[in-house]
Amino acid sequence: MTELVATTPGLYPLPDDAKDDLSDLKGHQKEDLIDGDEGEEVRNVYDRARREVVDVQTEAGLDRVVEGQLRWDDMLAHPLTVHDAVETRGLVRYYDNNNFYRDPVVTDDLDVDGDVAAELEALSGLTDDPLQAVLPGPYSLASLATDEHYGDEAEFLAAVAEFLAGEAGAFPEVETLWLLEPSLVTDPPGDGPDARASEAVDRVAGAVDADVVVHPYWGALDETVHAHLLDADVDAVGYDFVTEHESNLYNINEYGTCDDVALGLVDGQNTLVEAPATVADRVEWVREGTPGADFDRAYVTSNTPLFYLPYTRFEAKVRTLAGAVDADPTPDDEAEEVSA
Amino acid sequence: MADKERFRPADHPNEHFLLTTVVGSYPKPTWLHRSRDLHEGGDLSRDRAPEIRESDIDLDFDDEDWVEAKDDAARLITNEHERAGLDVVTDGEMRRSEMVEYFAHRIDGFEFNGPVKVWGHNYFHKPSVVSDVEYDEPWLVDEYEFTSEVADAPVKVPLTGPYTLARWSFNEAYESTEAVAYDLADLVNHEVERLVEAGAQYIQIDEPALAQHEDDHAVVGECLDRIVAGLPDDVRVGLHVCYGDYSRIYPEVLDFPVDELDLELANGDYEQLDVFQEPEFTTDLALGVVDVHHAEVESVPEIKANIRKGFEVVPPERLVVSPDCGLKLLPREAAFEKMRNMVRAAREVEEELDAGEIEVAGARAGAD
Repeated sequence: MTELVATTPGLYPLPDDAKDDLSDLKGHQKEDLIDGDEGEEVRNVYDRARREVVDVQTEAGLDRVVEGQLRWDDMLAHPLTVHDAVETRGLVRYYDNNNFYRDPVVTDDLDVDGDVAAELEALSGLTDDPLQAVLPGPYSLASLATDEHYGDEAEFLAAVAEFLAGEAGAFPEVETLWLLEPSLVTDPPGDGPDARASEAVDRVAGAVDADVVVHPYWGALDETVHAHLLDADVDAVGYDFVTEHESNLYNINEYGTCDDVALGLVDGQNTLVEAPATVADRVEWVREGTPGADFDRAYVTSNTPLFYLPYTRFEAKVRTLAGAVDADPTPDDEAEEVSA
Repeated sequence: MADKERFRPADHPNEHFLLTTVVGSYPKPTWLHRSRDLHEGGDLSRDRAPEIRESDIDLDFDDEDWVEAKDDAARLITNEHERAGLDVVTDGEMRRSEMVEYFAHRIDGFEFNGPVKVWGHNYFHKPSVVSDVEYDEPWLVDEYEFTSEVADAPVKVPLTGPYTLARWSFNEAYESTEAVAYDLADLVNHEVERLVEAGAQYIQIDEPALAQHEDDHAVVGECLDRIVAGLPDDVRVGLHVCYGDYSRIYPEVLDFPVDELDLELANGDYEQLDVFQEPEFTTDLALGVVDVHHAEVESVPEIKANIRKGFEVVPPERLVVSPDCGLKLLPREAAFEKMRNMVRAAREVEEELDAGEIEVAGARAGAD
């Protein structure tokens, strides 16, 4: 029997009043973005917004609560753009999205920073529900950055992994850690780097005493990247079934996966709100499509972070995810038949 | 093919003619933003002198006042373009809120759910396509008629292309982004027909979403075929593209049914210019010669050097001179100075061409 856990990959949109307040307080230019050293007024707005998105999750009934990463002006590049050893330069396109972030240029040793840990400390005071930390995966973070210090791709990736491990090691107690790795799909590592990408994930995963989910999205992993990723000591790999069906099923059926799995079944980049029953059916569809697999636990999630959406649609998607787990229509005995 | 020569001013001083124009948008005067605030219910949040009480402030600003404010702004900025010496002008898109929002508000089938992030604290009201898109009210005919009435110079009409409208919306209703784009292209065709009926002779389709995704040129090509269907040959049609990887779309864009390709290239210091050198560029090139993301105003000699870069791709007969993109994010004074220096630079390059002082690769010198 599979335990269904409703959650999200984090990175939420700001509530609309916080968008306005922060626009006024921080400004609209590159130099106005978060540098890890914001003043009290700005901190207060983020504190208020954090409480709001925590309430959205707990009221909906998600099984894991994230901080929302509302301060992450540079999306997944955030842990570097606030780092002292990093210079932020021009705006660059964020993947193939119509979004932009400041190019983080690493110019010195990446030591432990503690920025993300501080956010989680703030989160832990707001709810007693199980917490979920979110970090960029080391491969994606290294791909988003420019290295002017380490000088070697492998060394840089290892340094980014070490840095993220340090960050994760400073976290308060969390139930789950998600490592978001879209670059493993969009910019797949070749022969050699694929093994290193897996080792880098392993390094970060080893730094926490929590369940670790590594979640690639925007398609399916190349077979070899997938196979290497399974070598990392993680508890679950994520599959984006919104953008890719067959290759994801193929990867699971051909190579297996971890005991747990994360299923991206709600579209994080479209305002069309799925019905909980539709998502429950999709869970069933994955089970039927992977007859050889017997997942201990399946995280039911959106494929991508939700900051792409208007705030009201983000709230609706959270409710869908929570409802999908409750709406699971499949009786236990049938579920066993499917996975047998 | 609508030759740029037909837009040559009667009193043009030189034999050569490098048509100068803008991409379209221009910084809005602060009073226009404040007028919008007033029209939308008033903004009392700003600092005011302590002797002024809230109740003393007259916030009465009705629809008529708002129309008048937009007319005034359109008149002012059209005139500002003429003062800069541009050969072909726009009204700086004073009436348009944002390049996707403005159109989506006028098309049945779109709805709005709130702002979404572009970067930092820059947001836009990204619309959702929730049902089949249909033509509702006119988009730009009034804007064109007003501008052409107040302008002495010919007026260009920029409009957001269907692919960009589709790409930068949420698609809740169609099978694919392409399907949305094709239906929107039919609506653009309808609008362009109306504009032409109203007298428009120079249309520019803005497709900033092009050159970002694999094979998007095929979708844009199909859209353009739909847009120009039934259009008289003497209407000049341009396509504006910016901030993309141009190697994704060249040479395929040469097959597009357009007279002119308008490209952002100054921002990247012409790094991508060589993309367009092989195979031969067979359409007119509207070359971005000033950067719109730096408030520093390029000098006339700098801009002249940028204009000459264009001759590495097309002969003077097929070169149009324009900024990289819309000027709207610049301080207004910088926007004006950039236009004025751009026109001066173009006129000086024309003089030098007339005097035979500039060598242009001879092999391609025949547009005729």
